Amino acid sequence: MQADEINLKKKAESAVGKKAAFGEDFELGEFGEASKISEPIENMKELDEESQRTLLQVGVLPSEEGRAGTLLMKDNAISHTSLKDKNIELMSTKKAMETHEWLKDYAWKLVAVDADKYTAKSYLEDADGYFIRAPAGKKTVFPVQTCLMLGSKKVSQTVHNIVVVEEEARLDIITGCTTQKGVEEGLHLGISEMYVKKGATLNFTMIHNWAENIGVRPRTVVRVEEGGTFVSNYICLKPVRSVQSYPTVRLEGKGAVARLSTIAIAHPGSELDLGSRAIFNAPGTRAELISRTITTGGRIIARGEMIGNAAGAKGHLECRGLVLSDKGSQRAIPILEANVADIELTHEAAVGKIAQDQVEYLMARGLTEDEAVGMIVRGFLDVGIKGIPEELRKEIEETITQTALGM
Amino acid sequence: MLKIENLRVEVNGKTLLHDVNLEVGRGYTNVLFGPNGAGKSALMRTIMGFSEYKVVEGRILFNGEDITHLPVDERARRGLGIMMQRPPNMSGIKLRDLVHTVAKGEKDPEDLAENLDMQRFLDRDVNVGFSGGEIKRSELLQLAAQNPNLYLLDEPESGVDLVSIGQVGTKISELLNREIECPGERCKKGKSALIITHTGQILDYVQADRGYILCNGTIMCSGNPLEMLEEIKKKGYEECVKCKLMK
Ligand SMILES: Nc1ncnc2c1ncn2[C@@H]1O[C@H](COP(=O)(O)OP(=O)(O)O)[C@@H](O)[C@H]1O
Ligand SMILES: [Mg+2]
Repeated sequence: MQADEINLKKKAESAVGKKAAFGEDFELGEFGEASKISEPIENMKELDEESQRTLLQVGVLPSEEGRAGTLLMKDNAISHTSLKDKNIELMSTKKAMETHEWLKDYAWKLVAVDADKYTAKSYLEDADGYFIRAPAGKKTVFPVQTCLMLGSKKVSQTVHNIVVVEEEARLDIITGCTTQKGVEEGLHLGISEMYVKKGATLNFTMIHNWAENIGVRPRTVVRVEEGGTFVSNYICLKPVRSVQSYPTVRLEGKGAVARLSTIAIAHPGSELDLGSRAIFNAPGTRAELISRTITTGGRIIARGEMIGNAAGAKGHLECRGLVLSDKGSQRAIPILEANVADIELTHEAAVGKIAQDQVEYLMARGLTEDEAVGMIVRGFLDVGIKGIPEELRKEIEETITQTALGM
Repeated sequence: MLKIENLRVEVNGKTLLHDVNLEVGRGYTNVLFGPNGAGKSALMRTIMGFSEYKVVEGRILFNGEDITHLPVDERARRGLGIMMQRPPNMSGIKLRDLVHTVAKGEKDPEDLAENLDMQRFLDRDVNVGFSGGEIKRSELLQLAAQNPNLYLLDEPESGVDLVSIGQVGTKISELLNREIECPGERCKKGKSALIITHTGQILDYVQADRGYILCNGTIMCSGNPLEMLEEIKKKGYEECVKCKLMK
């Protein structure tokens, strides 16, 4: 073992009991370790109908049509990898570490192993996940789809993903996180480290579709170099016990851009602590952080933070929350920090009920109250998800409508 | 078609309208005049059923049915339709989707938008950043999709440039006379309308049958709309208030 690794191991070990800064504290000992072995799935279409539907609901197409590649991770094992677009690389993180000597300079370099007990556990378990690389200048036409699935009850899944988009390349990723039917309780810990190099673009869409009693702790850090663009859409519309995430984008190169959107619905019993953070470390960097959330009875905390450390940085933060039930709560916590003079950071936050005049305006056109509310809610969330693949959008709108009408 | 009897209306406990009596017959186009702040818009919104406006006395009849306490959508379903003076911004809702929904898929938003020159707006959020004239045309587009029997039009010409007034006026006339072939049919098949106007410009496009003047929350008088308009232009509304006091 190299000195580096020994060092990291020590750090991780010292953090195994370290509570996260936010969110419910999960007792890791209560969850079994998820299996690292699973039946390989040759063809996604051979999955049973139920599983196929589960995948579809998180934007992962079993037909793999219109996708550059597919990777499926069930519990702690990679059970399927296929790649149609040979310009790019897609494989398990473990395999990638064996393949690319240089990858050690990327793994655990953005996310600290001792950030909290969840990162520590993921490191100590030597978590596997997906590795996607778009080599310099390669631009994918279709998105790569990956699915992280909890397949067993009462276990904790640990995931470690690494994405590298090299100079002037373009990559689209859809990641669907979900549970197999019947798995109502469990924990998902997911480390993601993403590198967007000079002039590159990464368009990342993540859909969460968990179950009533699942805890979710993603830990994501993105590094964007000069002229690079990172776009993220995060969508979480179904019941879940607790999600706490606070992805951080570090804009390290001149003119780097980030746009992160979150749309989420907190159902009764759900606690969603969702944030996004942009750190402007280079001149002329820009970011837009948008969050649109709805509670039908659950708790939502919408965080947003922008830290301006370089001249000419420009950022806007927008948190809007609708409260559709007296049992629900919305909390918006925007933070702006400017550490040099030439910085322009703004925020806009609003929480409250649906405007009655809007509902009645639509009702005056003959829509029922339910239809009016559905349309407003759809419109409200729609604003948060620009640039998402069309078929996904339809699926999402349907879910939103059902939720709005089910209130 | 529409009959309002002794109406008293409050918003947050404050009386905005009192002793309002007014009628619009089948196929009739009646006009409502009155100074700023008289309560004209409030009356229209009350007729449509917006919940802020509480009817504390009197009643509203539509085709003989008491609709005083019906919710907005029930009134819409019975054939009432409104062009609002200041409609809310509907961020996230595309005009195309709204028109499609309102038309219940029976009419193509693209076709409806064409003769209002509104195609470019179909993929924009309803009312967000619309100019005065664009709001009117968007409201008319929605009404064209809705096809009500009674049109409540709140200042269709205000904020509209001269060219668009022609467009708006012609469209209104077209909607009101949609199914009739000769004037004799108007009271059998025609649409009814109650139109609020300041300038009377809209009267160049529609045949108005009766005028009402609303001041200080109540109807001062009624009569021939063109004659009334002349009077108002000459003497203003002061005279109406005095005239009513003398009676
Ligand atoms: N929703 C409301 N809440 C409080 N005051 C209102 C409301 N609607 C109208 N008013 C008040 O009632 C009066 C009449 O308003 P309005 O009907 O808009 O006049 P107009 O005749 O110019 O259309 C005004 O003083 C206005 O401020
Ligand atoms: Mg008015």
